[in-house]
Amino acid sequence: MGRLLCALILMSSSAWAVIETYEFSSPDLASRYHLLSQELRCPKCQNQNIADSNAPIARDLRVVLYEQLEAGQSDAQILDFMVARYGQFVRYRPEVDRQTALLWWSPVLLLVLGGFGLAGHFRKKSYHPEPELTAAEREHVNRLLEDRLP
Amino acid sequence: MRVKRFIPLAAFALLALLLFKGLSIDPTALPAARLGQPFPDFSQPELMTEEIIGASALRPRPALVNVWATWCYSCRVEHPYLLTLAEQGVPIYGLNYKDDSEKARQWLAELGDPYRLNIADGDGTVGLDLGVYGAPETYVLGPDGVILHRHVGVLDEAVFERDISQWFTTSARVAQAGSVEGGE
Repeated sequence: MGRLLCALILMSSSAWAVIETYEFSSPDLASRYHLLSQELRCPKCQNQNIADSNAPIARDLRVVLYEQLEAGQSDAQILDFMVARYGQFVRYRPEVDRQTALLWWSPVLLLVLGGFGLAGHFRKKSYHPEPELTAAEREHVNRLLEDRLP
Repeated sequence: MRVKRFIPLAAFALLALLLFKGLSIDPTALPAARLGQPFPDFSQPELMTEEIIGASALRPRPALVNVWATWCYSCRVEHPYLLTLAEQGVPIYGLNYKDDSEKARQWLAELGDPYRLNIADGDGTVGLDLGVYGAPETYVLGPDGVILHRHVGVLDEAVFERDISQWFTTSARVAQAGSVEGGE
């Protein structure tokens, strides 16, 4: 159990986060730094954010992020700066544009398609109702049930 | 009713097509954000002369801008081909990316210098403005200074002929290439 726990802790991404110290002039900047460094994706090691990655380019981007935060840039300005250089790819939540529209809307599309499928399925059932029993058949059923029940 | 029977088959075919297409997509390929934009301006020393230069120094064009460093093994692999291209008259500018200038000068002295000039980008700011995420990378600079193409990884003859040569089919290159072949 303890071994499993250790393995799980090691596998969690925060345990792999890079250890660096930045002195922020305010705690607000530090929390924005943490949010943005997890939102920004490392261009080199593609399934890591820049907070987790050890790649040199991720370190460079963390330095830029720190400097721009300290220089008083807004979140939007910093994201624009990154996107201008590395494309929408660099964000884990890219803006909706022609290229990312499918990415954003396909869940809704699939939900709607599934809804239609489900509706069609149930409507088909109601078109073919169970045939009514005749009086003789009903009596037969009742007799069978009575035999079974004590 | 007949048509409905083929819905699973159609769905399967569609999915198979999608997945098959997925096989040929390179997941590490990144679209270059700077395509169609002018080369970002900079103010950095030239590697040899240590004179401060900007984007206007990258003339004549069209030209290649090659991102390299002495710590980059693949750069050593592509270096001989860069020398060949330079011999054929293709202007190549170097972006010496996050490197030690002394080591870089030594490397060029040893292996030959295919570059018309080199931007010494020790801290990688020009690289960052360009959207570089590793070395080697090679950019095609159009006649008007606009970035037309980016190649990530080793540049060799196959890549050059397939993706890049279209911008360099000047008579000068052909004539020079002919004389190089004739000389050998």
